[in-house]
Amino acid sequence: MSAAGELSALPAVLTAVFLVSGAAVTLVGALGLLRLRTFYERVHAPTLGTTLGTAFIAIASMIYFSALGTGPVLHELLIIVLVITTTPIGLMILVNAALFRDKLENDGALQRHAKDGIADPLLDKGAPQEPRAE
Amino acid sequence: MSMMLAWSVTTAQILLGCAMACAAFRILRGPRAQDRVVGFDSLYVNAMLLLLTFGIRTGSTLYFEAALIIALLGFVSTVVLAKFLLRGEVIE
Repeated sequence: MSAAGELSALPAVLTAVFLVSGAAVTLVGALGLLRLRTFYERVHAPTLGTTLGTAFIAIASMIYFSALGTGPVLHELLIIVLVITTTPIGLMILVNAALFRDKLENDGALQRHAKDGIADPLLDKGAPQEPRAE
Repeated sequence: MSMMLAWSVTTAQILLGCAMACAAFRILRGPRAQDRVVGFDSLYVNAMLLLLTFGIRTGSTLYFEAALIIALLGFVSTVVLAKFLLRGEVIE
């Protein structure tokens, strides 16, 4: 922290607040990624970090470098726009792939089940037991 | 005042490190491939935010370009991994 000595009070407070709140929101999203049960619930959680967390931390960086140098620094808007527009696209393609894989596996399981000759296990209970070819 | 800023930067780094640990756990322990891809997506976004925080700590703008490159290449790699899960090959 060599350059922070000449920073005045208001930009320092704003930078600190935005930085800590952005990191906390990102951690909440990551905890959701850790704790939710199914994949389709889990895919929602990290978007909290990619939208609010990225926006807060990039705004903190903009405030800090604008207060350090002369004039406003707006580079970080590039990161905000890029991440907020690209994350839903990637996750939508990923959910498409996951739906395709789930459907493929369920169809395969159904076909295996039908090949064994057991259409409904409840109907099979009263029938005389015949030795199944293993 | 700079003392408070230093402490807030350290706190943000610790929180982002915990978030990266959660994402890495999901990559290692994800039951299926798509869980690992979601964990990877979260991991690179957290790494990009950590690089922005490093830039605030050191006061240099060099970390910004690295964060921008991570954001670009991370999106491309997520799309390519999803495409691979969907089709079994990347370029048809």
